Amino acid sequence: MANFTPIKKKEKNIFYDPNLSKRHAKAKIFKGIAISALIMSLLFLFIFLSDMVNKGVGAFKQTYIQVEVTYNAKTLKDTRQLIERKYRTLISRAWLRDIPRLVKENPELMNTTQVVWALADDQVDMYMKNQYYKIRPKHKATLLELIENNRVEKHFNTIFFTKGDSKIAENSGILSAMIGTILTLLVTMAVAFPIGVATAVYLEEFADPNSKLSSFIEININNLAAIPSILFGLLGLAIFINLFGMPRSSALVGGLTLALMTLPIIIVSSRAALRSVPASIRQAGYGLGLTKIQVVRDHVLPLAFPGVMTGSIIGLAQAMGETAPLIIVGMIAFIPDSPTSILDAATVMPAQIFTWAGMPEVAYIERTAAGILVLLSVLISFNAFAVYLRKKFEVKW
Amino acid sequence: MKKNDVKIDVKKLNLWYGSKQALQDLNIEIYENQITALIGPSGCGKSTFLRCLNRMNDLVSSAKIEGEVVIDSKNIYDKDVDEVSVRKRIGMVFQQPNPFPKSIYENVAYAPLKHGLVSKGKECDALVEKSLRSAGIWEEVKDILTQPGTSLSGGQQQRLCIARTIAVKPDVILMDEPTSALDPISTEKIEALMLELKKDYTIVTVTHNMQQAARIADMTAFFHLGDLVEYDETETIFLNPTKQKTEDYITGRFG
Repeated sequence: MANFTPIKKKEKNIFYDPNLSKRHAKAKIFKGIAISALIMSLLFLFIFLSDMVNKGVGAFKQTYIQVEVTYNAKTLKDTRQLIERKYRTLISRAWLRDIPRLVKENPELMNTTQVVWALADDQVDMYMKNQYYKIRPKHKATLLELIENNRVEKHFNTIFFTKGDSKIAENSGILSAMIGTILTLLVTMAVAFPIGVATAVYLEEFADPNSKLSSFIEININNLAAIPSILFGLLGLAIFINLFGMPRSSALVGGLTLALMTLPIIIVSSRAALRSVPASIRQAGYGLGLTKIQVVRDHVLPLAFPGVMTGSIIGLAQAMGETAPLIIVGMIAFIPDSPTSILDAATVMPAQIFTWAGMPEVAYIERTAAGILVLLSVLISFNAFAVYLRKKFEVKW
Repeated sequence: MKKNDVKIDVKKLNLWYGSKQALQDLNIEIYENQITALIGPSGCGKSTFLRCLNRMNDLVSSAKIEGEVVIDSKNIYDKDVDEVSVRKRIGMVFQQPNPFPKSIYENVAYAPLKHGLVSKGKECDALVEKSLRSAGIWEEVKDILTQPGTSLSGGQQQRLCIARTIAVKPDVILMDEPTSALDPISTEKIEALMLELKKDYTIVTVTHNMQQAARIADMTAFFHLGDLVEYDETETIFLNPTKQKTEDYITGRFG
């Protein structure tokens, strides 16, 4: 205690750094730039999404009008006569055309008169949604009277999810494009996944990394990833359609073309996943006298599986949004009926969106936006599934 | 000390990694049912030599090997010998415990099932128990056989790896610094286990720990820059080495 000397109050700070404030300022600026970049990207995303939701959400409701329908032999021959003359322009032509089929399925309707909710014409629908519309004053008066009597209602738009494309806006839906997308992606996955994973396994586990062959393959894979997608479409057109004679516009050709594009993504991500499996696992296997195939199949691949799946799903999601190569192979066709096999003519969701975006009718605008919303939600759920898979099968060390 | 039979006879073994020679003209006889320790500074070739004994160096594409490694009167580098079947009889335990990310049971059972040593069911259960008992870990894991091997502690994992190696019924167990990643208590357990195992197996171990070599090894080989400098009974190496280099290394003057 006696030897204790109190510290002088104004002791020099030996840790004093003359550049401290400068350094802090620099760090602050750097951080600020990073954050503003983040905010910018979030803002763009938000604007895009809110615009789409704003425009597209209307398409999920469709206007229906309560009218009397008279079913008899005469009206079924000329479907315009099914309803009173003054309502004719307000009701969808497509809906009226569909009545004879309905009567065929339900013969008890014959020679009766029923009050039903009939699908409204797209111009009426636009009027109800406060969009630009074109209705003659005479018909508008009728419509206003109907509204007055609560005979006009907006119902959930089942047509959008149960029908294919149509030249009549209120009758068009995204179902055939969705089925086309599913069929196309099934072909893509069936081709690209096994080939991609097998290639990655060969390159990572079997090939001599220093050999000329593997570096040649590697260069080609990287080139494949860099080729503009429209060229893949031309390749698909030249090889699958012209050379092999596969049916044009079919999910088979589209799927094969997309498989070519997805391959490099799957190969690269699978290789990374295989490479991240610790060498000690392979050593352990070989040390027990296991063959290469046993080690790769039973120990390395299961560990690489989450990474392989993540890469494949992301590749698939990218293929799903691809339009350009599919236009070349004819998958932008007008497809009112859903394809039933991979050989039928089909279209895909982004191509359907592209078609609708070019239509002159206002009603197609909201369908375009709604189509984008459906596509986006499928894509997001794909990516969420990839994240889930990775989390679920990830092995903790 | 009574000399046992020669288990592994290495003759004029040379190894190159690319153009760099890693082992030079090694001649060494390893005796049955003994622990042979390989010591020497880092990069002296002792691990490389160990990996020659079960042809693990075949996995390194740049490695080129000349010479003979005769095990039970058959040179394992003969053209008619398959390296996979060599490794079935010459097991290996590594520096880092490396259990498969599967259950404890599957860790032990996988290789014997694949090799057709046992069939699924009771026979396999018995082998798993026997192997885990031999590795001195049965009591600790018998109730958690379905849990992943990676959930065990480091020392337990290493004993699991030894059990896995024993399950294949090898003649020789190679150990590449089996305790260098473990704490002293786990190390002690592994050492006791090695002394127990040498009754049934021939053990060759690489170690950086001189005391460990002195404690458990019957024979000790000192490597330096790819040369086998001295090989003798452990007592002689540590108390009365004939080469100056050996003495320098053991007394801590270099390395």
